[in-house]
Amino acid sequence: MLEELKRAEAEALEELPAVADGQALDAWRVRHLGKKSALKRALAGLGRLSPEERPAAGREANRAQQRLEAAFERRREELERAALEVSLAAEALDVTLPGRRPRRGRLHPATHTLRRIAAIWAEMGFQVYRSREVETDELNFQLLNFPPFHPAREMQDTFFTTTPDVILRTHTSPGQIHAMRERCPEPIRVILPGMCYRYEQITARSEIQFNQVEGLAVGPGIHMSDLKGTLTDFARRMFGAGTRTRFRCSHFPFTEPSAEMDIECFLCGGAGCRVCKHAGWLEILGCGMVHPVVLANGGYDPQRFSGFAFGMGPERIAMLRHDIQDIRSFWANDLRFLEQF
Amino acid sequence: MRVPLGWVREYVEIGLPVRELARKLTFAGLEVEAVDYLGLPEPAGDERPECKVTGVAWEPSLVVVGELVEVEPHPDADRLVVARVNDGEGVRTSVSGAPNLAPLAGTGPLAEPLKVAVARPGARLVDPGQRGRRLKRLEPATIRGVESRLMICSEKELGLSEAHEGVLVLDADAPPAGTPLAEAFGDVVLDIAITPNIVRNASILGVAREIAALTGATLEPPSTAVEAGGPPVAEKVTIEIRQPELNPRFTATLLEGAAIGPSPFWLRHRLLLAGMRPISNVVDVTNYVMLELGQPLHAFDYDALARRAGGTPKIITRLPEAGERLTTLDGEERRLDEFTVLVADTAGALSIGGIMGGADSEVSDATVNVLLEAAAWNFLNIRRTVLSQQLDSEAGYRFSRGVHPAMAPRANLRAIELMRRLAGGEVAAGMVDVAPLPPPEVVVTLPQAEITRALGVEIPRDEVVGILEALEFGVETEGEGEGAVLTVTVPDHRLDVGQGAVGVADLVEEIARVWGYERIPETQIHDAMPPQHDNRALELEERCRDLLAAMGLQEVVSYRLTTPEREAAALRPGAEPDPRPYVELQNPISSERRVMRHALLPSVLEVAAANARHRDSLALFEIGPVYLPRAGEPLPEEPGRLALVLAGALSDGGWDDGGDGARPADLYDLKGVLEALAADLHLPPLEFERGRHEAFHPGRAAAVRLADEPLGELGELHPQVRDGYGLPFERVVAAELDLERLLAAAPERFAVQPVSAFPPVVEDLAFVVGEAIAAADVERSIADAAGGLLRDVSLFDLYRGDQLGDGLKSLAFRLTYQAEDRTLTDGEVAELRREIVAAVAAATGGRLRE
Repeated sequence: MLEELKRAEAEALEELPAVADGQALDAWRVRHLGKKSALKRALAGLGRLSPEERPAAGREANRAQQRLEAAFERRREELERAALEVSLAAEALDVTLPGRRPRRGRLHPATHTLRRIAAIWAEMGFQVYRSREVETDELNFQLLNFPPFHPAREMQDTFFTTTPDVILRTHTSPGQIHAMRERCPEPIRVILPGMCYRYEQITARSEIQFNQVEGLAVGPGIHMSDLKGTLTDFARRMFGAGTRTRFRCSHFPFTEPSAEMDIECFLCGGAGCRVCKHAGWLEILGCGMVHPVVLANGGYDPQRFSGFAFGMGPERIAMLRHDIQDIRSFWANDLRFLEQF
Repeated sequence: MRVPLGWVREYVEIGLPVRELARKLTFAGLEVEAVDYLGLPEPAGDERPECKVTGVAWEPSLVVVGELVEVEPHPDADRLVVARVNDGEGVRTSVSGAPNLAPLAGTGPLAEPLKVAVARPGARLVDPGQRGRRLKRLEPATIRGVESRLMICSEKELGLSEAHEGVLVLDADAPPAGTPLAEAFGDVVLDIAITPNIVRNASILGVAREIAALTGATLEPPSTAVEAGGPPVAEKVTIEIRQPELNPRFTATLLEGAAIGPSPFWLRHRLLLAGMRPISNVVDVTNYVMLELGQPLHAFDYDALARRAGGTPKIITRLPEAGERLTTLDGEERRLDEFTVLVADTAGALSIGGIMGGADSEVSDATVNVLLEAAAWNFLNIRRTVLSQQLDSEAGYRFSRGVHPAMAPRANLRAIELMRRLAGGEVAAGMVDVAPLPPPEVVVTLPQAEITRALGVEIPRDEVVGILEALEFGVETEGEGEGAVLTVTVPDHRLDVGQGAVGVADLVEEIARVWGYERIPETQIHDAMPPQHDNRALELEERCRDLLAAMGLQEVVSYRLTTPEREAAALRPGAEPDPRPYVELQNPISSERRVMRHALLPSVLEVAAANARHRDSLALFEIGPVYLPRAGEPLPEEPGRLALVLAGALSDGGWDDGGDGARPADLYDLKGVLEALAADLHLPPLEFERGRHEAFHPGRAAAVRLADEPLGELGELHPQVRDGYGLPFERVVAAELDLERLLAAAPERFAVQPVSAFPPVVEDLAFVVGEAIAAADVERSIADAAGGLLRDVSLFDLYRGDQLGDGLKSLAFRLTYQAEDRTLTDGEVAELRREIVAAVAAATGGRLRE
């Protein structure tokens, strides 16, 4: 009987590698482990053995059954793994087909630039302060130390409205007066972003409307050295950690001393390129110490308070950063332009 | 302002290379915009010029002084002559067509050789046949059988001007033949941008003074000594000033027996380099001294004045009489404003004071006696006149920025003596000088500590004094160190330094710019941080932008200037136009941009139309102000608005579904965007009701309300409006909302609902209602009846069909119930359902669809 058992097991194990799918494996199981299998028959025949032979034969029969079941299990796993591999292979994708991008909107480049500028200033403690666009001549000019018919007004070609002494603001500077009058006698650190208007021909380089970001710091102990330090910090955040700045004397009626700040060209590192017209420097903003007349018009005693102010054009900065050739692109709103931001 | 350095050198030594000098001036506030080398070569190796650099080099071996010894007619051409010129190496022939050589032809050897500029073959000079400065190499030529071995140069060929009519004639005392022209006359011209506060530097002397202060050199101003001999000028002319506040000073000198003629080359050369056209010695001197000192002058024909007066002329400066007119030198008859100051005599107006002369009394070639005016004018009034008359002149430019009255006598004396030397004659003794309103001497008390307070750096007292004195301020000091106090007297060539705190700021700028902005350290603000202020409106506005962009809408920013017609294009044809007034420009740059907008939607629709040519779907929004004039107020309201436009599919079709998986947006997509926006801002739910708006389809428009306040309108564009914009979509949906009201409703904070540990019960209920019943009413009845256990209710199906019958529709809602503290029982849910069904039936007549 043991012989019979061994033969049946050997036969079963020999057949197993040829079993190629689940169905065949089930058939194998019925054949070799089922009720009519040689193994089961052998087990059923145990009763016919002598009591002495019975335990050893029984043990052997059980072991044979365990070995066949284990072999069955191994084969089943092998077949499953093989089947999975076949189906995975069949499901392979062409990963070079285009991805499906979620449709999303974007912010206008002017918004992006304004936000970036505002975020940097916010970290330096300058909050946004906004004021109106249609202004009085008094706020836009006179209180900023441009008396009527003052030649400095020539630097700012103005849109006049049909209401006498009402104009479209030519710069965000009237916000300086609004902010000072509202906050006096508190110290001030604000930036004043917003749309300004100038009577200009619309060309690739000039627009009738443009954003400006003005900045104003007023306090009991603010020096021109602070202006240089603070604006240089800003330039390094905006244009890169190594950015160098330089300050040239200039003139604005509402600041004195006044300066223009240049930064070393961030495209060529100062070596000279098309964008910086081979000078290595880019003119970025105008600035200066708040003029005593302006401080006084804002309610601050110029003997006790001082301050600095600066103004920059975010569209110009965006043009430099993104190599935009034509300022008209901003308000033309061509989606093929806007969607690149 | 074009500043020839050769001229500047007359008053100050320049010890710096041009590039360094330009840099110093630029940093001190005199921005050098361009450098023009005229004759001298550009320095080699300047690969990083900080401004525009141009030039025409006169090669020393090829362009030299020549001596014209004889002119002969060309044997074969009437219009040409053959000149014989010594170029230092011998006498050579030169064929020329210059009209100023023609009269000399055939007159035999010249008694006195004529000095000219000649070029030898190979020289690279300006091509006279082209505009501007295109260089061309000179080739030897034989012209009509006569060999031309030299070229006698015109101004144009040398780069000095556009004039190419005749050859340039040098002065008799020019260096001898063969001298390189560059050595004798080569120069460099700096083009300096003059900001309105430093018009004193719109002069050679002004720039020389700056250079002296910046480099430590000594300034030597020109002499004002006059060699006079005639009878006193006071006997020849009287002056009356009627408006001293507009004309604080008027001076006059007289040159008798002058011979009008061309100026010598040295003077013409300087005028040309400075960009002015030489005219005649007398006129050129007025321009020369204006450029030199910054004080404009005006020359009258004295005999013309005497004729008009019928005796001794009397100059009167006054405001015009009613209706008075004047024909100015440019030939224009001008209507004068009531503020125009005239220089007149007893016979009438002569010129517009400080701006432009009149035709009647101008010097001409026949003038013998010259009355020379130098006066001072109120700069604001001059600028007002310049603006009103639209009259640009060199004099008006300077006077409109402020010329100190003390400059008038200096310039007058300087000019009359120069005129005498150039035109001959005799200067009448003295000067008539009427100065009824002398400007106060400006003295500023400048504590040393104020300089430190402004700049954040201590500049030693002696350096401060040195800087101010170099700029010709008078300085007295008291005390030492930070305690020192400077008493500073402003020199009488400048009007830009004020009194008190303003004067201190003015002086601090002078000190800082000469000491060097680059030497001021970079520091951090030491003041305490100011108190922080709430900025909610801005934060919410920015959040709104982010939410809309996240929902797939592209932000646009459009022009805020438009026209009423463009705004009306967003209304159906025949609609009543917007009756509200606009903020309207008095001086629009274009008729297409003449009012400030009332609404955002028309601009966004224009953007949609412009993009529709290359897009099959659009999702746009804009956030920004509109401008609404208020009765009785000069300034308009500027409330914020939000406009949205959707057209075409909101999502892209794929490459594997034939591209048609996308459904075009309709009213409910736009409504969904607004609802999502409101939900994300934690606003109370928006309410929508049938609306009417002239932009929209009458049956597809809604009014949006928020907390019982109107918020705006949305709808599907009226087909005629859509077609008016040329929008190639079946449907375009759009909205315009009051942004401020929307954002004002956003709560400062919001509480979250606890997440219940007990399972929700979801139940679908469909109600059959009449067509006229609004879905929102059914939903409201459900919500009211279900009470606090209802977590969510949403419409998931709308059905119409034969099974229901005409005039009926089925609205299927999915209801979610949930309790926070227990699992709901079937009994509770059944009870809720009964209440809901009863409530819907009562409110809308709807019955549950089984």
